[in-house]
Amino acid sequence: MSTEHQAQQAREPLDINAPGVTRFDIVREGARRDDIEIVHYEPQVQPGTKAERRLTRVVAGMFLITGLAATAFLAIYIWWPWQYEPGRGGDKFYTPLLGLTLGVALLAVGFGILTWGKKLLPKEVSIQDRHEGAVDEDSRTVTGQTMLYMADELGVKRRPLLGISLLAGLAPVGAVVAAPLVGGLISQPHKNNQMFTTGFAAAEGGERVRLVREDGRPVRPADISSGGQLTVFPGIEHGVSNQHADSPTLLIHLRDSDAQESRRANERIGHGDYMWGNYAAYSKICTHAGCPASLFEQQTNRLLCPCHQSQFLITDNARPVFGPASRRLPQLPIEVDSEGFFVAKSDYTETVGPDFWERP
Amino acid sequence: MKRRKFDLAATPGKAAVGVDDRFQVATPLRRLLNKVFPDHWSFLLGEIALFSFVVLLLTGVFLTFFFEPAMTEVVYDGSYAPLQGTPMSAAYASSLDLSFDVRGGLVMRQMHHWAALLFMAAIVVHMLRVFFTGAFRKPRETNWIIGSLLFWVGFLAGFTGYSLPDDGLSGTGLRIASAIMLSIPVIGSWLTSSIFGGEFPGTIIISRFFIAHVLLIPGLLVALISVHLGLVFKQKHTQWPGPGRTNGNVVGERMFPRYALKQGGFFMVVFGVIALMGGLFQINPIWLFGPYEAWVVSAASQPDWYVMFLDGSTRLMPAWEINIPIGDGYVIPPLFWPTVVLPGILVGLSTMYPFLEARHLKDRKSHNLLQRPRDVPARTAVGAMAVAFYVVLTLSGANDVIADKFQISLNAMTWAGRIGLLVAPPLAYYVTYRLCLGLQQHDREVLAHGVETGIIRRLPDGRFVEVHQPLSAADGHADGHGELEYAGWVVPKKMNRLGALGPAVRGFFYPIEKPVEAPVSPGHPPVEARPEREEIGSGESRR
Repeated sequence: MSTEHQAQQAREPLDINAPGVTRFDIVREGARRDDIEIVHYEPQVQPGTKAERRLTRVVAGMFLITGLAATAFLAIYIWWPWQYEPGRGGDKFYTPLLGLTLGVALLAVGFGILTWGKKLLPKEVSIQDRHEGAVDEDSRTVTGQTMLYMADELGVKRRPLLGISLLAGLAPVGAVVAAPLVGGLISQPHKNNQMFTTGFAAAEGGERVRLVREDGRPVRPADISSGGQLTVFPGIEHGVSNQHADSPTLLIHLRDSDAQESRRANERIGHGDYMWGNYAAYSKICTHAGCPASLFEQQTNRLLCPCHQSQFLITDNARPVFGPASRRLPQLPIEVDSEGFFVAKSDYTETVGPDFWERP
Repeated sequence: MKRRKFDLAATPGKAAVGVDDRFQVATPLRRLLNKVFPDHWSFLLGEIALFSFVVLLLTGVFLTFFFEPAMTEVVYDGSYAPLQGTPMSAAYASSLDLSFDVRGGLVMRQMHHWAALLFMAAIVVHMLRVFFTGAFRKPRETNWIIGSLLFWVGFLAGFTGYSLPDDGLSGTGLRIASAIMLSIPVIGSWLTSSIFGGEFPGTIIISRFFIAHVLLIPGLLVALISVHLGLVFKQKHTQWPGPGRTNGNVVGERMFPRYALKQGGFFMVVFGVIALMGGLFQINPIWLFGPYEAWVVSAASQPDWYVMFLDGSTRLMPAWEINIPIGDGYVIPPLFWPTVVLPGILVGLSTMYPFLEARHLKDRKSHNLLQRPRDVPARTAVGAMAVAFYVVLTLSGANDVIADKFQISLNAMTWAGRIGLLVAPPLAYYVTYRLCLGLQQHDREVLAHGVETGIIRRLPDGRFVEVHQPLSAADGHADGHGELEYAGWVVPKKMNRLGALGPAVRGFFYPIEKPVEAPVSPGHPPVEARPEREEIGSGESRR
């Protein structure tokens, strides 16, 4: 490499104004000035041959296909029926046709350019020097000394007070930049005890919250057949909406034997009065990542969360029996009020939803 | 004043002189035009990512004209009949309008989504190329780190992007994201509450994600990509070893015209493929998912592919909860490990890898020549290990779909993933290591004994041997010893790679040129084994 380099430096520069110098000579001279040697330069097609005419036709054909496809795109864009109609109307082909024509137009121009470049232009091999090995120690020293000189001139070493006071002055400025951002964004997570309460918390008057359906109607025991389940919400304003994303609850009507088992399990952990008859209500919000655990398998009384496949055994206080969830689904204590509708006796007695650091 | 005749032909020249007078660009421009780029198909992978990013910017700007990043509740009255009258967020309603009531909006939306998937895929494959060929070594460690960061920033861009429509699927993803943030010890609830502006889902997250998705993250991507390309330009591209190629030069083509033309064509091809996919292949049909409601989910809820490995790690994580019995008690939920700690470790390991390897090998030299994966078995095997780890996690991210389609127990799939995650990577390491050694050995064998010709000769004593075509002109040497050095590059292993077949005849239906004289006729062995070399096939004697 070094000999090559020397050879290049020893090279006579070309007089680009000399007579008889071709344009390629000048190109080669320019390349040499950038330490590039064009070692191989060979046309792929001879001018005027059949092969050249054929390739020219191919490239031109591709460009024309682009024109056609782009025109077709415009025509479809303007005249094709595009507005949504129920059923199998022509509008269902609008997007595919746009994509198809646009894709063909772009692919054709792309392949046209590629063919032009790859087949019609001369092939070449050029070698450029990287100049990486030749580290210039001198200039490193010069730059380094220049910077040190500048530091000396500032005299931070001689006058340390300047440096210290500058730092002391700038540090609060950095904090000033951060303050509005942090201060504006920060939000107390335990405002109104929001992480530990749901929409089922009794109103101030002690009035208990009804369990309602998606459309707001309250639920009677007879509405759910044995073995069935229903998603219920707190019967308060916006109780069904995402404002109470922690409140969706699964009301399950267990079969007799399962209900007995479930009640015994309840009693073991001191939740003896949480069920009403054969009905039990569990939070639908998975304690793992907050997805709705909504796939209830009647035969095994297991509730599966479709996001990460945690499984909860309803007849054992909704204990997690498989998957990544580590905590049972909280149970909502329920009963039936004087009008025959389900109400929550109280709010959930355990924290609903995914776990966090300060959950007691 | 006499009116001079306007000389059209001289205008460009004059303009060029005028520009150079003012900006002195002639020499830098010549340097740029002349810059030499090495060529190999694998160098195009990163460009697919770059071109997809350009498409993302173009289509993304279009989408912002119609998307309304607000969670205000509206009642849908657009033309998609099945959802008319449904209360939903303004973000979801405007996404539906983009799909149904903006002419050509759907093709743009789908192109944007496909381009995002392609962007991430190209980044991953490009990264594998750089890793397995050792292109990350000194002096290119910085670019490797920037590349790894680009994956994660792209990941964020993708996640914030597909959360924006606020449909049933993305809302579930957002809820999981909030749970992930919640799981961080000590600061989890504060962080989540600050980002969501209160309890999940709040009313502001879509607007915040919007500005992150259209300004902050793309700004960061543009900055990182610019530095990435600038460094490639400054440090010059790596190249494969080969004739005339050294650590100190670049062998290839000058940038203009051929190389640049091919780049332009390739950009159009990538753009065209994205347009075809955007038109022909449906993606993220948000109108089927409905608006996000906290209590609705469906099975087979999968994120975009590049998020699936984290979904998989979450599914495989055992339910290990850490309780800290101080005061009221504190909890580190199992969700924390696979979604916060694991990505942290992955970022750390991947960015530090070039330094770890250099330290391990005590290698402080600059490397501009690439290595074939087989020549560095340890690195290749480590890479295979990482790939196996990633693949097990990604498959586990879809384990419910696999269980459903192949009638396998879901729990069995989870256990297969848990065991596979521990077993597959070491196995991949071992197998890859052996494969590399085997390939190396075969290369050396061919260099020593030549290419198998497929010609069987029967020896006078009745044995059969295969005739080998030696690669070197061994006979010229006095001692007849023709073993070649391995040059770090492909060793030809078939006769047609040696030019033993005639040149291809060009033309589709009929030859467009007179074919070159075929060197041999069929039936006649193309290579005559020399009598004195006939035993080479057995590799025992060379005389």
